[in-house]
Amino acid sequence: MIKIVTFMVVMLTIPGLSQAQTAAEKGLEIAQAAKAYDKGFTDFTADMVMTLKNKSGDTSTRVIRMHTLEVENDGDKTLSVFDQPADVKGTKMLTYTHGLEPDDQWLYLPALKKVKRISSRNKSGPFMGSTFAFEDLGSQEVEKYTYLYLRDEACAEWTCFVVERYPAYKHSGYTRQVVWIDREGYRLVKSEFYDRKKSLLKTLVASDFQQFLGHYWRPGKMNMVNHQNGKSTLLEWKNYQFKTGLTERDFRSQSLKRIQ
Amino acid sequence: MAKRYAEFILRNKITTVILSLVWIMAMAVGAQYLTFTNDYRVFFGDDNPQLVAFENLQDTYSKNDNVMFVLVPEDNQVFTRDTLIAVAWLTERAWETPYSTRVESLSNYQNTSAEGDDLLVEDLAYEPENLNKADLLRIREIALNEPVLVNRLVSPRAHVTGVNITIELPGIDQTVENPQVITFVRALKAEFMQTFPAIDVKLTGITMMNQAFPEASQYDMSTLFPLMLLLFMVVLYFWVRGFAGTITTFFVIIFSIMGAMGMAGWLGIALTPPSFSAVMIIPTMAIADSVHVLMNYIQARQKGEAREASMIDSIRINLQPVFLTSITTAIGFMSMNFSDAPPFRDLGNIVAMGVMVAFVLSVTFLPAAMMLMPGRQQVKETASNRMMQNLAEFVIRRRGKLLVGMGLASILLISFIPKNELNDDFVKYFSERIEFRRDADFASANLSGLYLVDYSLESGIDGGVSDPEFQQNVENFANWYRDQAEVIHVNVITDTFKRLNKSMHGDDPAWYRLPEERELAAQYLLLYEMSLPYGLDLNNQLNIDKSATRMTVMLYNMTTKTVLALEKRAQQWLRDNSPVSMQKEGASPTIMFSNIGERNIKSMLLGTTVALVLISIILIFALKSIKIGMLSLIPNLIPAALAFGAWGIAVGQIGLALSVVTGMTLGIVVDDTVHFLSKYLRARREKGLDAQDAVRYAFNTVGLALVVTSMVLIAGFTVLTFSAFALNSNMAFMTAVTIVFAIVADFLLLPPLLMALDGKDKDND
Repeated sequence: MIKIVTFMVVMLTIPGLSQAQTAAEKGLEIAQAAKAYDKGFTDFTADMVMTLKNKSGDTSTRVIRMHTLEVENDGDKTLSVFDQPADVKGTKMLTYTHGLEPDDQWLYLPALKKVKRISSRNKSGPFMGSTFAFEDLGSQEVEKYTYLYLRDEACAEWTCFVVERYPAYKHSGYTRQVVWIDREGYRLVKSEFYDRKKSLLKTLVASDFQQFLGHYWRPGKMNMVNHQNGKSTLLEWKNYQFKTGLTERDFRSQSLKRIQ
Repeated sequence: MAKRYAEFILRNKITTVILSLVWIMAMAVGAQYLTFTNDYRVFFGDDNPQLVAFENLQDTYSKNDNVMFVLVPEDNQVFTRDTLIAVAWLTERAWETPYSTRVESLSNYQNTSAEGDDLLVEDLAYEPENLNKADLLRIREIALNEPVLVNRLVSPRAHVTGVNITIELPGIDQTVENPQVITFVRALKAEFMQTFPAIDVKLTGITMMNQAFPEASQYDMSTLFPLMLLLFMVVLYFWVRGFAGTITTFFVIIFSIMGAMGMAGWLGIALTPPSFSAVMIIPTMAIADSVHVLMNYIQARQKGEAREASMIDSIRINLQPVFLTSITTAIGFMSMNFSDAPPFRDLGNIVAMGVMVAFVLSVTFLPAAMMLMPGRQQVKETASNRMMQNLAEFVIRRRGKLLVGMGLASILLISFIPKNELNDDFVKYFSERIEFRRDADFASANLSGLYLVDYSLESGIDGGVSDPEFQQNVENFANWYRDQAEVIHVNVITDTFKRLNKSMHGDDPAWYRLPEERELAAQYLLLYEMSLPYGLDLNNQLNIDKSATRMTVMLYNMTTKTVLALEKRAQQWLRDNSPVSMQKEGASPTIMFSNIGERNIKSMLLGTTVALVLISIILIFALKSIKIGMLSLIPNLIPAALAFGAWGIAVGQIGLALSVVTGMTLGIVVDDTVHFLSKYLRARREKGLDAQDAVRYAFNTVGLALVVTSMVLIAGFTVLTFSAFALNSNMAFMTAVTIVFAIVADFLLLPPLLMALDGKDKDND
């Protein structure tokens, strides 16, 4: 009896062993490798200029200062300070991103002089009216998706892994993403976002990559085009600074009011 | 010359038939390129100002095309667990609708509430299967007090609810894209009704309306077209009195349709219900030519002449008038090119092509094919011809009284023309036989309407939507609209600001008011936008620099006159109460359809005048008499004038459909005049008869043919009055009435006029 069971277990395992690695495993491995590559940046700050464009060609600009703190075994903490438009100047948003749980989010509204905790499962809506959703900007946690490696392909000046990933978060706005990640620096060069009806919704192209601390790559520009409504948003990143000495204390909701 | 031509055709019968077939086939091949459009925008030219305004508005915010599922629970209770489960199920599945960008319902409405210092943003009915009685009551309370929802997604009585899907077609090929949406939502509806049998479903919305256009055409094609052909065959068999004539004419009709529709395909014309009605108008036009040729052939045979000789003689006397009538008919239809609505331009051009094809066939294929068919030996004189002789005698005897009587009657009827007023109702374009119309009527009566007016209210400064003064103005405008009896619902951003203000102050109802500072409002907005899910954002209400907001007013189904009057009052309100930047006209399909009637009547006035001038010039040259040519204006113009007078008494409302009638009937009406006058002049010139005898001659030779062709026309257009598309049926009805008046004018008014004015001098030749 035991022999038979052992035999069956061996028989069932063999195909898996013999094929070395499935596409799902390879996809996961690439995501883990990308996360591992980016590990250890500790913190960084950067200025972001957002230019929105609609179908008629009208544009509008927002300016935000971003602070990011790396968190071990969870999503990063980010603090965004809004500088423009003028009427939201000084508004601050603190987010503890999580993999599969709703993010924790607090907003400090200077006009109300109060910190408000926002309880919402949503991170799929437009970020400040742009074509970016909050979930497009949050940190890339491995457990947020399941993966499927598709192929290698030339992208910009590199060779990229092309990986399909499926959001594990129930309230994601997407059913599928296809991402192009370069094989050397794990730069996220391009992403395609598919909506709930499984049609292409948006394409994000990142460019003008810069390397920091001799290791970490960050894009200088990110352009997100919504194919369904003809709107687009260009993010320009400036003044990247790494290891600025930010600590947990700078990312507390209680201290949100006084941070500049 | 005509005689030599006729002899030539009859010498080469078989070649003629074969060449005709080849020619028709070459044109008909183009039919493969024909498509049915399903986009209401085709009714508007690219430069239509209301269309341009609306497209701009849509580009600034988002598209308005939509499918609305109206859910009607058997127990008339929306706020039960079962109904909310169904709503949530449908909302979830609706996201899979092709080209959908937004799905809104009671279940996914993003409700904000306060919990201590926390702001909660979540689905109004989250996971409805877990809702208890208290939850249901709370949800009901919130929903029925939320101006964003009441009268849009839930009825005030809470007996019906809606799931609204916004559709943004890429517009690469709408004939493919729109049906994809329709197929999906109909399948979803079927699945829904199977899963939730206690809830009835109606489908309305702009996308459904778009699909109703081709469906109305298909309805007409499958019901009216066969009826029309059958009717014509019966009429023809009765009058032409022979199998050969009936069958050949049948082929002339079919070939004319094939040729014209094929050419429409080659030219890349997209079919709409109005342009598709060409399929039913062409036979009516085509038949006339054949009838004229056949009638004279039969008359000659009745006098005992040989078949070929009879046919040659018929062509000899008919070639010029048939050519003339075809040209004038084509010009009449082509006057529709002045129309502001492209479907009518297409209709005019397709029918004009059909008329010309029919002309060519009736002087080539028809005589050749007739001679190839077995023909009857002898036909007896019919009683009808004696009737014509009697009529001629009556008209000649009573010419004085007729002239006065007809004149007075005409003046009386014409005096009722001003009783017509411009009015239309575009949902009523579709008859109640079309499901969309029934569903739209139900939705309008129970939940929400299809008649919208959008305003892009501009503050003039970046971020100005948060400005307290601007918000107050917007709210005042919205409240003014809410006080108007025609209005179902006003969707306005200030309601969101008020709700946010309340939620940010611990849900204290006293704070349900506009924020007092610009910064505060702007920061609320930032916070709120940050917490909305995919597809429920505010991009449809705010422009990107937040300097302007869209306000949508929903109206009951109503006529264009009421819409325009309401918009006029709104403009007056804006001028009296708001800054200049806010003073913008409303834009929407409703506004577009409300203006097109008037725009079209103005443009068709020019078109009709051009057609009239062209036709009169042709008549003067063809009849070789300025006097007779000018005289023909009277019987040409009077029928349409009489018809509009009669319409003024009976109905009194003119819309898009009737604006093209005068131009197109002009071409048809002229035919009778041409035939009558050409025979009259032939008698005067060739036979040297005086006016009275010439009238007698005209009645005898052409009277019967005119009665037959008019009857055919009236019958044809009467069938078309049963169209599922009101633009077609109204147009057809008016045309039929005009043709009745035309034959009356040609028989009772034109001859007395000729005898009165042409009788004395001998200027001819």
